[in-house]
Amino acid sequence: MNQTHDDGILKVRGLRKVYGEGSKAVEAIGHLEFTIRAGEFVCIVGPSGAGKTTFLRCLSGLLKPTEGTVILEGREVTEPPADMAVVLQEYSRSLYPWMTVAANIELPLKAVGLTKTKRKKRVTEALHSVGLSDSGKSYPWQLSGGMQQRVAIARAIAYRPRVLVMDEPFAAVDAQTRADLEDLIRNLRSELGITVLFVTHDIDESVYLGERVLILSSAPTCVLKEVKTNLPAERSQLITRALPEFASLRTEVYETIQYAKGVNYYTAQPQPENENRDEGRDKVAT
Amino acid sequence: MKRLGAWAFFTFAVPVVLIIAWTIASETSDTIYFPSPIAILAVFPDTWFSGAISGDIFPSLSRLAAGFGLALIAGVGVGTLVGMLKPLRLLLEPIFELFRAVPPPVLVPIIMLVAGIGDGMKIAVIAFGCVWPILINTVAGVRGIDEVQLDTAASYRFSGRLRFVSVILPAATPQIVAGARQSLAIGIIMMVISEMFAATNGLGFNIIQFQRLFLIPEMWSGIILLGLLGVGLNAVFKIIENRLLTWHVGLHAAEK
Repeated sequence: MNQTHDDGILKVRGLRKVYGEGSKAVEAIGHLEFTIRAGEFVCIVGPSGAGKTTFLRCLSGLLKPTEGTVILEGREVTEPPADMAVVLQEYSRSLYPWMTVAANIELPLKAVGLTKTKRKKRVTEALHSVGLSDSGKSYPWQLSGGMQQRVAIARAIAYRPRVLVMDEPFAAVDAQTRADLEDLIRNLRSELGITVLFVTHDIDESVYLGERVLILSSAPTCVLKEVKTNLPAERSQLITRALPEFASLRTEVYETIQYAKGVNYYTAQPQPENENRDEGRDKVAT
Repeated sequence: MKRLGAWAFFTFAVPVVLIIAWTIASETSDTIYFPSPIAILAVFPDTWFSGAISGDIFPSLSRLAAGFGLALIAGVGVGTLVGMLKPLRLLLEPIFELFRAVPPPVLVPIIMLVAGIGDGMKIAVIAFGCVWPILINTVAGVRGIDEVQLDTAASYRFSGRLRFVSVILPAATPQIVAGARQSLAIGIIMMVISEMFAATNGLGFNIIQFQRLFLIPEMWSGIILLGLLGVGLNAVFKIIENRLLTWHVGLHAAEK
């Protein structure tokens, strides 16, 4: 365990993002404030257009926030951090079609400066972990959507990040593949001991995967409610989803999202069990 | 076998008919300016295979290779920079369009004044004609790179070199190749024209010499040789293109 940062591996503090200036300004993020502990699996859900993509771009250092900070392992994020890997929904666009699957996974390891032997070893291991040992020499576009997303996951885990950020990674694959990939990512998380931040619009998925679910409001976004799932660590598509707790959690998240569709940072009413929303609110509200 | 027969028929039917028509037309006419293919074929070996390969064809092709190569390096290099940097693009794009609109052959007299009449002049003329399609296509290719691909490179902290070699260049390759194909055709034209102005060897020089000496079948044989060289260069280009863009063809087939 990391002694100095045991209060949280990833901290989001007073994050706000406004696009443009003056009368054309669009406020995407109102005020985001939360902490993720090392090894946690946290899901973020929100109505469409909640500014999730903006938030992830700020989080991964691709976009500069207007106010506030993201702190990863005690350091403020000002550029893409070395300890973070991001898996996007658009696997077909994030994998490079001119390279084989193995070369795609290897490329970030080249950027890190690993020797060829080490790179090959990690590529082989990562392909094995996602069940694609035989596909290293194929090109991404020769694979199905679910397999391509496995490649993107393999690329991320071969990089050995401490935090894995996933942006609706399974939104574009069919239901059966999706269930397989959900279990894959849960297993990889416990094998590798990494922290996962998983953005989704699927309520069941968020409850099934996460230990905590953060529910966002509409834009300008804030965290409307935090739901701890308290489901058994060993999850199974059949058993976990049939638990009475699963059904009640699902209802709770569903109801909050229905409410979230109509409210934003400035109009939301306090929610029961909400731990993170009120800080800094008076300062910005008009 | 049947397929090969069909291919041969569709490829050669029209040329064969044209050659026969040409032969009949020239054999039955009195004009000396349009000799029959038989007369041209008769002078072809002596004209081009005895010393001319090293003395004329090779110098022409090396100047073409040098000019085209320079244009490729400059076009891709500058095009990538301009494609990546918006202020540069806004500043330079109107100028590029202007330069591209100028027919390259009119630059030969000017470049002759500056660069003399040696190989340097000819290479400069070829490079100047070839560079614009490559440059403009590279700019478009680099601009058109998917943002997700660039974000991925940024989030995995690729260095500038790795980003250029492994992401930007391959992503823009389909467009660069399209530009290079246009440039190759321009390059052949510029090669011949530069030799017609001032030269002591080369294909263009020889064709003009034969015309001045009234060696009409020899002159025609040069024109035919140029046509064959063009076809050959295109075939080589096609092979390189197929190697470079296997992924591109496969990707589009997969998307359908």
